[in-house]
Amino acid sequence: MKARTQAALRRRDALTAYLFLAPFIGIYLVLLVYPFFKGIWISLHDWELAGSYREFIGFRNYEDMWLDTIFWKTVGNTLLFVVMTVPTMTLLSLVLALAVFGTSRFKGVLRSVFFMSSVFSVSVVTLVWQMVLSADKGLLVPLFHWFGMEPINFLGNQTLAMPSLVITTLWWGVGLPMALFLAALSQIPSELYEAAELDHAGRFTVLWNVTLPSIRHTVLLVLVLQIVGQFQIFGQAHLMTQGGPANRTRTLVQYIYETSFRDWQVGYASAMALGLFVLMLGFTMAQLWLGRRGEE
Amino acid sequence: MASARTSGLRRATDILILAATVAFAILWLLPIAWVVAMSLKPNADLMRSTAGFLPIPFTIENYTNLLGRETVPRWLMHSLIVSVAMTLAVLIVSSTAGYAFARLEFPFKRTLFLIMAAGLMVPEQAVFIPLHTMFSDWGLHNTHFALVMPRVAVPIGVFLMMQFFRSVPMELEEAAAIDYASRLTIFLKIMLPLSIPALTTLGLFTFIHAWNDFLWPLVSATRADMYTVTLGLASIQSNFAFTEGLGAVMASAVFASLPIVLLFLIFQRFIVAGVAMSAGK
Repeated sequence: MKARTQAALRRRDALTAYLFLAPFIGIYLVLLVYPFFKGIWISLHDWELAGSYREFIGFRNYEDMWLDTIFWKTVGNTLLFVVMTVPTMTLLSLVLALAVFGTSRFKGVLRSVFFMSSVFSVSVVTLVWQMVLSADKGLLVPLFHWFGMEPINFLGNQTLAMPSLVITTLWWGVGLPMALFLAALSQIPSELYEAAELDHAGRFTVLWNVTLPSIRHTVLLVLVLQIVGQFQIFGQAHLMTQGGPANRTRTLVQYIYETSFRDWQVGYASAMALGLFVLMLGFTMAQLWLGRRGEE
Repeated sequence: MASARTSGLRRATDILILAATVAFAILWLLPIAWVVAMSLKPNADLMRSTAGFLPIPFTIENYTNLLGRETVPRWLMHSLIVSVAMTLAVLIVSSTAGYAFARLEFPFKRTLFLIMAAGLMVPEQAVFIPLHTMFSDWGLHNTHFALVMPRVAVPIGVFLMMQFFRSVPMELEEAAAIDYASRLTIFLKIMLPLSIPALTTLGLFTFIHAWNDFLWPLVSATRADMYTVTLGLASIQSNFAFTEGLGAVMASAVFASLPIVLLFLIFQRFIVAGVAMSAGK
């Protein structure tokens, strides 16, 4: 008798579970799993955005991709952006976290200041920084005149355009990694600091021997999140430089977007999107593997 | 004596570091202060010079003009509808699925969980093109529905809620089960009220994310009368940036950011705590 009610209860529980899961799983299958595989299918076609022209061409899009110099140029640009942004972002957010860590109200205000810019949308951030960096009406123009120099057109300069996007991105994004570091700092047991205090350890000794080793997991986490996040750079390049000058800032996601929605080559764009997916997956795996190995 | 000297030195460095941080924070805020100042200056003056952080001469004309025209208020309305709808949908879908994974036993639980976890590795760029073709086939572009739906089933939301539900003591549920309360009653009457902090965090993140969403709206909402605030401001930059005057553009940016900045200032504790939570702490 008891066993029977138990079994009935379990069956009822399973039914409830499926009902609870149904909305999520339903939407997830239709709008994430299915599109992912449809993307693979599209990438095997010559497929136009509008109209019904689609022809199965096997792996030709992938062959084209391999030979496409602009594709590799955009991959290179994206990597350059990642290489310039991720270490600076990680270091800056760590330094800021160390500087604003504490219980005083004043430090709370400082935390809000550095965190606030990350709630802005990409179009607000790029609008602000396009103005700041403008050679005509920019924030720095009076400064250039002060030194008797001609204002520099940062976004139109082949060497300076990419660093400009990096600075914009740092200003926009430093809040999230900083918050992650702050959370990690608050988890460090105070006994560790007290022990260091007894040893009359200096500020940098404590930082090097106590603080940094205690938050190394968070450093790894921030690096992974940043690499994956910054690899997807699109808005800054699309809105601030339109990929210019001379393709110097054209990024991979931007090229995918343009191939699909400006040139209508949906099949080829899908192939590149999958290439991006594989690249990002590779980076994340490598990073996690390195981190795990470092622990042993 | 030696230790007194070192502690004096220590305090001096503390003050120095704090001063440097404050200076940096002021530098950090300068672009915002400058943009706000420009939005409060007459367009004619900005034609001559954009220098200065004080709005002199002062005018609120840019803002009154903004409200008089239809565009920006309409963008705001679209952003509000999309963000609120997405937030509610994410909360419902994530909390029910999170509860099932946290507290219920059922066949294929592990398989379903792995399928969901795999979704964490798929970036939106890998699916936005096929999604576009699907919504084209259904004739659903330029609708709120299209802007909301692809963003509803997010694995990270389920994870967040699942972790939270796991932290709720079992006894609370068992007591209710003795009273023959159904699972739905337990979920609605006990678990949901307990999870208000987690729901708040997830809701805030979803709202901000929805408000700032760019790539998918850019390809789905192509008609100017369906633009969200984020899209509208992007279109200003690429099309008619200087026809209506710099002050007007800056006022649009400030006005469009106000809701999200207010939300941040009111709820910042939840938001900052949420960053730590989403990191799996």
